[in-house]
Amino acid sequence: MKKKTESFRLTDYVIFITVMLAAMVLCICLGSVNVPIKDIYYAISDTIRGTELCPASHRAIIMSVRLPRVCCAALTGAALSICGAAMQGLLQNPLADGSTLGVTSGAALGAILSITFGMDLPMFANLGQMGMAMLFGFMSLVLILTLAYRLDKSLSTQTIILIGVIFSMFVSAIINLVVTFAGERVKNITFWSMGSLSGSSFENAGILLIAVIVFGGIILRCARELNAFAIGEDNARNIGVDVKKFKLIILVTVSALIGVTVSIAGTIGFVGLVIPHITRLIVGPNHRRLLPASFFGGSTFLLLADLAARTILRPLVLPIGVVTSFIGSIVFIYIFYSSRRKGHA
Amino acid sequence: MLDVKNLTVRANGVPLVSDVNFTVSDNDWLMIVGPNGAGKSTIVRAISKATEYEGIILINGKDIRNIKAGQMARHIGVLNQYHNVSYAFTVYELIRLGRYSYEGNFLSAQKDEDEENAIMEAIRLTGMESLMDHSLLTLSGGELQRAFLAQLFAQDPEMLILDEPTNHLDLIYQKQTFELIEKWASKPGKSVVSVVHDLNLAKAYGSRTMLIDKGKVVSLGTTEEVLTSQRLSEVYDMDVYSWMHKLLSQWE
Repeated sequence: MKKKTESFRLTDYVIFITVMLAAMVLCICLGSVNVPIKDIYYAISDTIRGTELCPASHRAIIMSVRLPRVCCAALTGAALSICGAAMQGLLQNPLADGSTLGVTSGAALGAILSITFGMDLPMFANLGQMGMAMLFGFMSLVLILTLAYRLDKSLSTQTIILIGVIFSMFVSAIINLVVTFAGERVKNITFWSMGSLSGSSFENAGILLIAVIVFGGIILRCARELNAFAIGEDNARNIGVDVKKFKLIILVTVSALIGVTVSIAGTIGFVGLVIPHITRLIVGPNHRRLLPASFFGGSTFLLLADLAARTILRPLVLPIGVVTSFIGSIVFIYIFYSSRRKGHA
Repeated sequence: MLDVKNLTVRANGVPLVSDVNFTVSDNDWLMIVGPNGAGKSTIVRAISKATEYEGIILINGKDIRNIKAGQMARHIGVLNQYHNVSYAFTVYELIRLGRYSYEGNFLSAQKDEDEENAIMEAIRLTGMESLMDHSLLTLSGGELQRAFLAQLFAQDPEMLILDEPTNHLDLIYQKQTFELIEKWASKPGKSVVSVVHDLNLAKAYGSRTMLIDKGKVVSLGTTEEVLTSQRLSEVYDMDVYSWMHKLLSQWE
């Protein structure tokens, strides 16, 4: 009998990475000003070697606007969708995700409070904001799960989602209130409700990269445990998974990663919900394949969503959350209907 | 190998079972019987660490509170009545998860071949070869239960705990499941604790039986000693013997 492999194969990696890189190149080339592909290469080599092969205007667009933005979009999309995949596995619930569970808005509230009350660490601008976003993200998750558990010990899909949605609305109200009073100090409300990648810098991309490597790495290491949880918490316990430990590890990691993305890109909804679901249809529910596939799928999706946000009504730039929520909510409803009809929502 | 002392389980302060004592030795098949709500499932949930409890539960003389999750899985494996599967894992992937406690980190991991052999052996034992690549979502109730049983065989614990595993299944699956488990349980060093509703199953397979009612042990001993006409009448509030005879006489 042929040996079975559960993990992602080299050819899978090649395909997914190629698609993602193609999306990246497309996103760098297209926009309010289109630049030819060869200029990307020239701009990068100019910057490294100090030559002048690329027109100065194109080099400025590529190096200080598009490239950092594309890096941030790819990393944010990857982070959000790997988080969504982990939550859906952990809670055995295809509708779980940072935004449906209220973690995202909780993290946004943390970031806003930090900005409003000046809780930045002096040497590391943004880190206080990031820490608060992570902390509030985690606290929201704990609060929602506790409330849901009190109502319904089996932690059923409907209870968690209902409480998550109510919690999100509640937190959004507080966010809007704080933003209204905080005025200039907090970037505009749209950033916190719809997200934006317009302020992307290489520094942001660097922070995201570190967060994705560290937290994404932890989630990836938990792939086997996530498989066990996805089949059922009782089953996970039976086969020897330390249920409490891994639940905590995964929840903390997911909240931290969502916290970082929110503090950099605002709240971008539905990526974490939709991408893992679509990916699951393609590569199956095994997290050893699902997590890497979601990673690249999420980055490709957010790159294209950002491209759409920049180009559909150009020169007007739409908030990226408008695009993701538009696609996301339609897919969300589709999932809900079809899983209900099959009888395992 | 299993030693339960003064086991009490409470829900919101109200005891579901109280002061339960029993032991299970190698090659025992202990049946736990009693009316609905007597606390049968609560006892097995405590043994498998799925609920908080008071008292002491020892496996081979060691307190299960001090046994790590991974080790615990090699001592005890549980087969539940229902499985709420949401995702389309394949039967093979499910069975492979049974080897979780053996995989460990890459330093202590067993050889791939050994792992693969253990998985294939479990698949062969349960006759799941043809369903190996099927999604769990497409299986019938009986097939699903057999897939989870195969996972347990791959896990290869010392003791199997069964919580009414065949209640909702067609007779053919009930027969298959119990025959498979009987064969497994005859290997040296294995034992079974099973919650059953059907007293016929207790009589047919149980080497020992524990009769419980309202959270307390009414009787514990060999199956013949425990399931007497008088005791059953008291616990079930009806003449169980006459009823069973009446039912079975229809077949003669």
